[in-house]
Amino acid sequence: MYSFDIERPKSVADAVAALGADEAQPIAGGQTLIPTLKQRLASPSKLVALSGIEEMKYVRRDGDTLVIGGGTTHGTIARETAEHFPGLAGLAARIGDPAVRNRGTIGGSIANNDPSACYPSAALACGATIVTDKREIAADDYFQGMFMTALEEGEIVTEIRFPIPEKSAYMKFEQIASRFPLVGVFVAKFADKVGVGVTGASNDGVFRWSEAEQALGSNFAADAVSGLTAPDASDMISDLHGTGAYRAHLVGVMTKRAVAAAS
Amino acid sequence: MPKDHGIGASTKRREDVRFLTGTGNYTDDINVYGQAYVHFLRSDVAHGTINGIDTAAAEAMPGVLHIFTGKDFEAVGGIPCGWQVTDRFGQPMKEPKHPVLAHGKVRHVGDPICAVVAETLEQARDAAEAIELDIDELPAVVNMAKALEDGATLVHDDLGDNLCYDWGFVEENKEAVDEAIKNAAHVTTLELVNNRVVPNPMEPRVAIGDFNAASGDSTLYTTSQNPHVIRLLMGAFVLGIPEHKLRVVAPDVGGGFGSKIYHYAEEALCTFAAKALKRPVKWTSTRSEAFMSDAHGRDHVTTIELALDADHKFTAVRTSTLANMGAYLSTFAPSVPTWLHGTLMAGNYTTPLVYCNVRAVFTNTVPVDAYRGAGRPEATYQLERVIDKAARELGVDPIEIRRKNFVTEFPYQTPVAVEYDSGDFHRLMDKLEAAADFGGFAARRAESEKKGMLRGLGINCFIEACGIAPSNLVGQLGARAGLYESATVRVNATGGLVVMTGSHSHGQGHETVFPQVISEMTGLEEHMVEIEHGDTANTPMGMGTYGSRSIAVGGSAMVRATEKIINKMKKIAAHLMEAAEGDIELKDGSFSVAGTDKSVAWGDVCLAAYVPHNYPLEDIEPGLEETAFYDPANFTYPAGAYACEVEVDPETGKVRIDRFTTADDFGNVMNPMIVDGQVHGGLAQGIGQALLENSTYDPETGQLLSASYMDYAMPRADDVPFFKVDHTNGTPCTHNPLGVKGCGEAGAIGSTPTVVNAVVDAVQSGGHKHVTHIDMPLTPGRVWAAMNG
Repeated sequence: MYSFDIERPKSVADAVAALGADEAQPIAGGQTLIPTLKQRLASPSKLVALSGIEEMKYVRRDGDTLVIGGGTTHGTIARETAEHFPGLAGLAARIGDPAVRNRGTIGGSIANNDPSACYPSAALACGATIVTDKREIAADDYFQGMFMTALEEGEIVTEIRFPIPEKSAYMKFEQIASRFPLVGVFVAKFADKVGVGVTGASNDGVFRWSEAEQALGSNFAADAVSGLTAPDASDMISDLHGTGAYRAHLVGVMTKRAVAAAS
Repeated sequence: MPKDHGIGASTKRREDVRFLTGTGNYTDDINVYGQAYVHFLRSDVAHGTINGIDTAAAEAMPGVLHIFTGKDFEAVGGIPCGWQVTDRFGQPMKEPKHPVLAHGKVRHVGDPICAVVAETLEQARDAAEAIELDIDELPAVVNMAKALEDGATLVHDDLGDNLCYDWGFVEENKEAVDEAIKNAAHVTTLELVNNRVVPNPMEPRVAIGDFNAASGDSTLYTTSQNPHVIRLLMGAFVLGIPEHKLRVVAPDVGGGFGSKIYHYAEEALCTFAAKALKRPVKWTSTRSEAFMSDAHGRDHVTTIELALDADHKFTAVRTSTLANMGAYLSTFAPSVPTWLHGTLMAGNYTTPLVYCNVRAVFTNTVPVDAYRGAGRPEATYQLERVIDKAARELGVDPIEIRRKNFVTEFPYQTPVAVEYDSGDFHRLMDKLEAAADFGGFAARRAESEKKGMLRGLGINCFIEACGIAPSNLVGQLGARAGLYESATVRVNATGGLVVMTGSHSHGQGHETVFPQVISEMTGLEEHMVEIEHGDTANTPMGMGTYGSRSIAVGGSAMVRATEKIINKMKKIAAHLMEAAEGDIELKDGSFSVAGTDKSVAWGDVCLAAYVPHNYPLEDIEPGLEETAFYDPANFTYPAGAYACEVEVDPETGKVRIDRFTTADDFGNVMNPMIVDGQVHGGLAQGIGQALLENSTYDPETGQLLSASYMDYAMPRADDVPFFKVDHTNGTPCTHNPLGVKGCGEAGAIGSTPTVVNAVVDAVQSGGHKHVTHIDMPLTPGRVWAAMNG
């Protein structure tokens, strides 16, 4: 990797200040950024490590909402959301391996918006709110395509607020090499609606499968998905690991299985 | 009671103490005082003309000692090829020059262009980025069939085309085979791809060159399976260093699977640079470099036809194969699709007529060479797949059709040159049928179907030629080397014994198993025996480890040397006890006179040899050190019968291997635990190839698309089941002293067709009768597409 300066602020305010420098880049666990740096594919002059900011590490319940600090690791989320939000706990528990889960953070994942990241599907399905150092952004407005978000330069994801569904589950079909989701579907059933977030599949990044949401809204059963037309294969990613048609098909299969598994 | 020492005991691996406690000594653990570091600037295009290389700015950067380019190697040889194949028309294969650093053209992504030597690795990398390359990208040729078309882009302009050779075997049988196929009651045809894989040993390659200016000696530390071979190839053919001035050390090596047999450009560069710069020079491959510079494996496209008579007896096999050589000929590449492949096309069967045509092709891809099994997995895969397809077409049981055609009398002269010395294929199948519980399959299938899963059962038989190889035979076939093995056995004055073997352990367990054999022969406890290997300075000229040859060839050399030692010690013992030499017996570590109570301890004989005060100096020399070279009389022929049960998820195409059962004939088994481990590893590798691994190039640009573990899928623990392996009651090899056949490659050879046969069975059980074949790897997407195609 190229050499760079690193700062380790202790507060969000200090982090925001540090990120004001030219070519400064936040590092929030580094599970994507460190491999990129090692390959010399990025050359930030300064890294601002968010891992020392204790005020961004928490999981707490606030009425019908689960509130998670942006600096919380997948491992912590897997443990601490298990009681109130098992669907999200199950998602977090199956990200990467223990080393990844103990370094990687939800804020880093949400900010990077990798098209194969797991959390964005949950955020969309639940209608989560992404909180930054500056503002609150609805999930529907936040995710704007592969690696694209509503974040501005230097803006930090400090918190994610998930409305807690009655029932939920995440089903991912793993790409055989990376074991990132080839297709991952998060299904969240609320009293008045059902959310279906799909990751890994689309050329446009994470998306809501609205046809399935409507069908499941009136009948929350795996069979309700069976009659639906799969998303348009031409909009799906086609690569070494699967054609667009295969991914489109898997969206249906994983949605059904998530509905069946929802608890 | 199982034995607790000697041959047949499951002695725990002594080398694991250091491997598991982080105290091994791998090449990258070696740091030579004053060493500089090399970074290779590699081609990022698959094919291009080098117009110019401007290193001026890079040379001026901090810490840079020198930047080597292809021009620096004009005066030395290219990387040599160790096997010359003669084509169908009696002509030698085309053998393009393989420069140490690219010269004139780059021919694959990863082809090294410059070597930057600097005080630190980071400085070398920084400088490499400042090198200005002027390369005109040329169209890349990736697909083998397209490479052979008229007007195809030429990988090597001077060759005129991309065909390395057009080989036929058995050429004299060609017409008879054609006739037999024309007249057959049934012919089954199958086109298949044997997918290209990246070997991926856990330890990437490393090379350290060192030069002693006072003595003029060069030393190369390298991750090699055969340091003597590297010394000979690099010294004699590339750099012009005589062997007595060149030492090659391959210390602990973390896996090879074939990829560390070959002599690589990086080794020559580091040795050359150390002498030129009077500085030790170290290179450690990154994993990314390994993907684009380690020789790949397999990559065959084959059409096979199997002819049967009305009784379902096989009457002929005809194959046509395109074999990818990559951009240059790696050390043993030409032998893999030919002599290591065509000679196994009779398999376990009495097929009287075989004809294989193999066209080897140059492409703009990483060179391809032997990978665990090397040619034999490719032979087994196509043969066992086509037999399975024939059984399905004819509606007969896949086991019965195999049994009907088994070779049953040994020795058996095949129609493809080799003679099987021993075997019992029916017994292997009997054992498999019992161990795999075929009787319970229907119930298990019903259970799977209740869960919505499709269950399939796959069967496979195989035979391989190991214990490579009789030198005079392989010489006739084009090998430019002998394939004997060597051992020096030294007994010290205090009684301990050291074996210096030409075999090389890179995970196999020689340090444990070889002492077991010595213990059996001498009665010494195993801890009295030490094994040294991997350093040309203290081991006799050896050919190294590959082709499941260590115990069969290296072990035989050790036995011969030990016999010489024992004979000499008997002479000394006879002198000490004033008895006739012929009356001396060695038992439990002491020498006794037959029929008497007179004996002398092992240690006393050793002491007498080194302190020869009371010693027959007029008849024998002092000391106890003997060397033997063993050249095998034949290959060895391990064989097996494998069964696999899979569950296929019809909605996603995902394959899960539920059961995998093996019955192997390895001849006599030295250490059952280690043999189990070798089989487990081979099966995991074969399952990896069958289900997961695929080295994929962009067909247009020649870019390696699967260039990291993000896209190249290695098998993990949860991809394989608990294996049920058996290797008891093998039929001993008839021509080596231990009766051993070798076990390193069997799992990788036998597993791929077993898995694919099982998946086809599962998919067909789901009503997808049109699916008669799916090409490896059987990824979920491919299986789903096959079912829904």
